[in-house]
Amino acid sequence: MTLLALENVCGGYGEADILHGLSMTVAPGEIVAVVGPNGAGKSTAMKAVFGLVQLRSGRIRFDDADITRLRSDQIVRLGICFVPQSDNVFPTLSVQENLEMGAFIRSDDIRPQLERVFELFPPLREKRRQSAGTLSGGQRQMVAMSRALMLEPKLMLLDEPTAGLSPKFMDQIFAIVRQINRLGVAILMVEQNAKQALAIADRGYVLAMGETRHAGTGAELLADRHVAEMFLGG
Amino acid sequence: MEIVQLFVYGVLLGSIIALGAVGVSLTFGILGFANFSHGDLMTFGAYIGFLIYTQLALPFWLALAAAIVATAIVAVAIDRVLYRRFRQRQSIVLLISSFGVALILRSLIQMIWGPDTRLYETGITIAERYWGIRIKDDQLLIIVLALLLVALLHGFLSYTKIGKAMRAVADNADLARLSGIDTERVIMWTWVIGGGLAAAAGVFLGMDTRLQPDMGWFLLLAIFAAAILGGIGKPYGAIAGGFVIGIVMELSTLVLPTEYAPVVPFAIMVGMLIVRPTGLFAGRST
Repeated sequence: MTLLALENVCGGYGEADILHGLSMTVAPGEIVAVVGPNGAGKSTAMKAVFGLVQLRSGRIRFDDADITRLRSDQIVRLGICFVPQSDNVFPTLSVQENLEMGAFIRSDDIRPQLERVFELFPPLREKRRQSAGTLSGGQRQMVAMSRALMLEPKLMLLDEPTAGLSPKFMDQIFAIVRQINRLGVAILMVEQNAKQALAIADRGYVLAMGETRHAGTGAELLADRHVAEMFLGG
Repeated sequence: MEIVQLFVYGVLLGSIIALGAVGVSLTFGILGFANFSHGDLMTFGAYIGFLIYTQLALPFWLALAAAIVATAIVAVAIDRVLYRRFRQRQSIVLLISSFGVALILRSLIQMIWGPDTRLYETGITIAERYWGIRIKDDQLLIIVLALLLVALLHGFLSYTKIGKAMRAVADNADLARLSGIDTERVIMWTWVIGGGLAAAAGVFLGMDTRLQPDMGWFLLLAIFAAAILGGIGKPYGAIAGGFVIGIVMELSTLVLPTEYAPVVPFAIMVGMLIVRPTGLFAGRST
């Protein structure tokens, strides 16, 4: 059973395609890591799912529905959330207001979910009245992920969640990703820190030049000599 | 005593400028362009007030409410007919079209009410003295109502879902869309709030001085200066900026000839853009 499937996706932002026939799947409750060198199209693949890339051909399916031509706001309503790499909080809004904005399309009582999110990220409860722009990089990343969690999504897309963070925070973020996953949320994550990402992932894809070069379980890819030589720095 | 007196007049002028600057700041933050027709929305509101209060001789409260509602509707309608078509274009296209809207609004006002100066009420009102400060009851009412509107705005932006969404869109429009926020609804509310407050500012300006088809246009520079001083896109900054500009304009008459007062906001604006283009209150990182 698949939750998300990209089928032979080709496209980019303008004249030249970045994705050249990319295919990948995510099953419910899975963590899938997408790794690969710079310019491989990792982030573009993620944006393609969210309707932010002009697709020339191919299809994207979610929960057995074709979402290839949907807008971001329609995709959110189906249960996919996207956490961009940078500028992923509302800086002048308080932490709590950031979370409320994540739940904007919900009209029911969001307090139980707010409470769950604060239990998952205790530092945010303390700082819920503080504006998000004043937080540290790691805490901002927590706000960004919590904002996405407010919709109780089926699938969360994470674009390089550890970019620019110190090693201490990186471990923390990877631990959080697993915690979110344990709530039953499938994760599709693009990462520069390939080793750590593959270590926590159920499955992984190694991308190069806009297509899949290797695919397998996280452990298989970590053990693969070709993958190690090409992308994991030996 | 002269300084205190001028300070009070500055607060009066500042409250009018602040109400205008909030709208300019919100439209800039959310739609990304400097709206040159904002002053003429003020004028439009002032003349609706004239229609209801002076021409139809209905109560002041009704005139103020009608001016706010009518101007909000007109602002939303202009957006639907014109600005909406240019959403994906460069902001300069919107700026130039807002300049066109300004000319159209002003000409319509002249066609309907004529080019002559009008007054809400003829006759002279006597200024009362409170602790040695001369102030008319009307002027006191303007300050009180302006502060009330600012408090209402604060409540709207801090405690309502759509108000928070307005601040979110101003902060980061892309992220707002990714969160599923309906940006078109946010834009509509931006015009309702901006237009409504502009109308109130126009009515207050008409009460304090007199009505002319170019009254709002002449105040636009001070309004822009206030919005820039407060850090454009930040509604609270715009309110503070409005009071600062109003007070400085009035106090400047101590050292400058009165006819130079309009130069003061211009000088502040240029100085501000050179020294600290992000505004006084841009302490937060983005």
